[in-house]
Amino acid sequence: MSKREFISIDRLSQRFDLSDPWIARVISRRPKQFLDAVDNVSFNIEKGKTYALVGESGSGKSTIALTAVGLLRPTGGSVLIDGHNLYDRTQSQLEHRRIRRRLQMVFQSPYASLNPRWRVGNILAEPLRVFSLADSQSAERRRVHELLEQVGLSISDAHRFPHEFSGGQRQRISIARALASRPEFIVCDEPTSALDVSVQAQVLNLLKRLQNDLGLTYLFITHDLAVVRVMAHRIGVLKSGRLIEEESTESLIESPQSEYTKMLIRSAPRIGRATTGTSFP
Amino acid sequence: MSKDKSLINRFYKSDFFYDFKKSPVTIVSFVVVLVLILLAVFADLIAPTDPFDAKSLNLLNGFTAPMEPNAFTGETFTLGTDDQGRDLLSAIIFGLRVSLFVGLTAVILAMVLGVSLGLLAGYRGGWVDSVIMRAADIQVTFPSILIAMLIFGIARGLLPPDLRDELAITVLIIAIGLSEWVPFARTVRGTTMVEKEKEYVKAARLIGLSGRQIMVRHILPNVLSPVLVIATITLALAIIAEATLSFLGVGAPPTEPSLGTLIRIGQDFLFSGEWWILLFPAATLLALALSVNLLGDWLRDTLNPRLK
Amino acid sequence: MTDILLSVRNLRVVFPHRHGDLVPIDDISFDVKKGEIIGFVGESGAGKSMTGAAIMGLIDDPGMIESGEIWLGDVRIDQLDAKRLIKIRGKRISMIFQDPLTSLNPLKTIGDQLVETILTHLPVNADQAKRKALIGLEEVGIDPGRFNAYPHEFSGGMRQRVVIALALAAEPELIIADEPTTALDVSVQAQVLELLKKLCRERNASVMLITHDMGVIAETTDRVAVLYAGRLVEIGNTASLLSSPRHPYTRGLIASTPSVEHGDISTHLYQIDGSMPRLDALPTGCSFHPRCQDALPRCRLRQPEVINKSVACFLYE
Repeated sequence: MSKREFISIDRLSQRFDLSDPWIARVISRRPKQFLDAVDNVSFNIEKGKTYALVGESGSGKSTIALTAVGLLRPTGGSVLIDGHNLYDRTQSQLEHRRIRRRLQMVFQSPYASLNPRWRVGNILAEPLRVFSLADSQSAERRRVHELLEQVGLSISDAHRFPHEFSGGQRQRISIARALASRPEFIVCDEPTSALDVSVQAQVLNLLKRLQNDLGLTYLFITHDLAVVRVMAHRIGVLKSGRLIEEESTESLIESPQSEYTKMLIRSAPRIGRATTGTSFP
Repeated sequence: MSKDKSLINRFYKSDFFYDFKKSPVTIVSFVVVLVLILLAVFADLIAPTDPFDAKSLNLLNGFTAPMEPNAFTGETFTLGTDDQGRDLLSAIIFGLRVSLFVGLTAVILAMVLGVSLGLLAGYRGGWVDSVIMRAADIQVTFPSILIAMLIFGIARGLLPPDLRDELAITVLIIAIGLSEWVPFARTVRGTTMVEKEKEYVKAARLIGLSGRQIMVRHILPNVLSPVLVIATITLALAIIAEATLSFLGVGAPPTEPSLGTLIRIGQDFLFSGEWWILLFPAATLLALALSVNLLGDWLRDTLNPRLK
Repeated sequence: MTDILLSVRNLRVVFPHRHGDLVPIDDISFDVKKGEIIGFVGESGAGKSMTGAAIMGLIDDPGMIESGEIWLGDVRIDQLDAKRLIKIRGKRISMIFQDPLTSLNPLKTIGDQLVETILTHLPVNADQAKRKALIGLEEVGIDPGRFNAYPHEFSGGMRQRVVIALALAAEPELIIADEPTTALDVSVQAQVLELLKKLCRERNASVMLITHDMGVIAETTDRVAVLYAGRLVEIGNTASLLSSPRHPYTRGLIASTPSVEHGDISTHLYQIDGSMPRLDALPTGCSFHPRCQDALPRCRLRQPEVINKSVACFLYE
């Protein structure tokens, strides 16, 4: 493993048990049933770079996202973050906490990702308290204000509730919360697919700016190849739980190898293809 | 200070207050409940006599009809007296206090129990969920008044005789509380199962919060509005359950009569012409339970956005 | 003009509210020509779905059409009573929703649903209806052998094909498709749009395609109307509107849409700052002026009218 491989997903498998309860199986003599949501997927992400996983619904991309961030123990393979195995059962609580602090996630839904009963200030302060990152109340408040400004919100927004914000603003709050513990690796699971186009551009630009300023490493999960083109350094194409193609962004989109990738690119709707010279005067 | 003011202001402008103002039935129920609660709280100041003070009782005053001077003593009682010569108005006010106290504490007990078990079942799932919810299923197959009587009976059997009367009220509260937790648990479990799949819970797991921290800090605040509705409706049920138990003679002791006890006493005199001894406590119970129930219905409609 | 199928004139929809009325559609006028596919694009809350609902007479209580007229051919349909509206709905206008499950009855086979629709609206007997239903399924690319299958036995894309067959069954003149492909994967989306386009062309039916996706607009529609905060800001021929947009909002919308054809990691996407105002906090004058880079002083004071049936902006007055 070379030194620059910051995140390493190694032969990852995620098999879900979909069997009926034991009794029902015995009575009807059915075997156990499994779904291989993720099947032997490996890839690496360099520090400070964005790796995009592209796939349609059911491809396993969200399962990989949850696994990569420590929320879902894989049934096979490992996730290495800077050389530390995220699912190593032998490591101490303290070690585990230390790794957790270094990774974060931005979710898809701007509505479900913020607790509706919490004020924004509290939402942002929670990671600081959990990881003991602010030694005083005033330090905590300063950091919350800094986070709000970092994502383009104003200091007074700390006292408001999530429902007072628009979808795009909520996604900014979600990003600010992800930044609170000063992580190095952020998994973005379809962060803009629930947003309107004009707001999507704001959020994508913000994510890029933060990557430049803070040296963040992203795993970017999406179904939208147009978004990937401007966001990712490398792309992996997922289909039914398998990684079928992996390349640097430009070569993957300009000269895809697999038929599936070609089809995906072909089907992406594009403005430049407007029906020219219509039959209607 | 300014914060308080804006809070009051916000309340006046809220949809909640607006809905309240638009429903005359709710306003009447609210006023009735408020008056009854005030009567119960300030019973010592409001009641004309102390019904528990044996020395002030005069047997000659027994069976005085409402608003009529007694044939022997010439004293007049607003709502009449019972066989012991006890002023019925004072007895009702103090009985109200017992009924409300038992009802409220029983509901709080049921709520704490039901909400905790519901959160646990919904969040943990698996066998924890199975055990808790099967217990609930079994319990609802018995009428809750039967459960309460059962618990009451067992507790009386276990307690030494000299403590029985002293602890009767406590036993009553526990009995009613234990028989009413199921609706809380079921609702909270359902809501918890929805909430725990939301991404804000994932975000909380991500920073390493424990299950208990997530349940208490994140999920609990989001399940409280249905709990409030159930609590109000259960309060009416608990008050009626208390009255039923006391009426059956297994509830509040005669030394601390509740509305149910008074109704039981009054029942003996219904056919001998002393109708007031039964009617006034029963009417008070009806007003209380009905108003609380109507408030609960209104709360449910207001807090449920789907009905709007 | 005989080639106009649907004409909407100064439509205004109001939701009375105790803090003041909300106006999700404010003074919108447009025509739909026979056989054309017209797109309605805008952000969520811009009023595009509400426009479709107003035409179908499906505005939820307490909302209502406060003023304006909707003409289908020479029938004015915004003031019809429920009975006559139901006749038009389904027969002359049909609707396709984002979630196919909302328009399919889960308890009936797709064949029965098709036959029922055909029998309700067309003068045919049961045999003819069944024959028509089978042809309909075949046309949308579903094996007629699955005539007796239930909706849940189909995948999302296939279900939307069934919905299209159902929408076309009564041979309507106008189809309102509200985000018909938003819930589908991109590859399926392309097929479904292609199908919708082909079948409507064959029947010379008009389509109102409601979407938030400029790419879908570009690939499917003949004309496009851009909505913002309940008002029509620009309308025109799709190709020319996309190649030379005039309203600052349209320009921003197009510029901020990333493209699979160009750009790389160093690309800074064009962005329109801020977000669309909520209906209860609309700014005075032109609703877009707080986000507009070219705003003039008068944009703050007055609302611009749609000029020459093309753009509502003072820059072009």
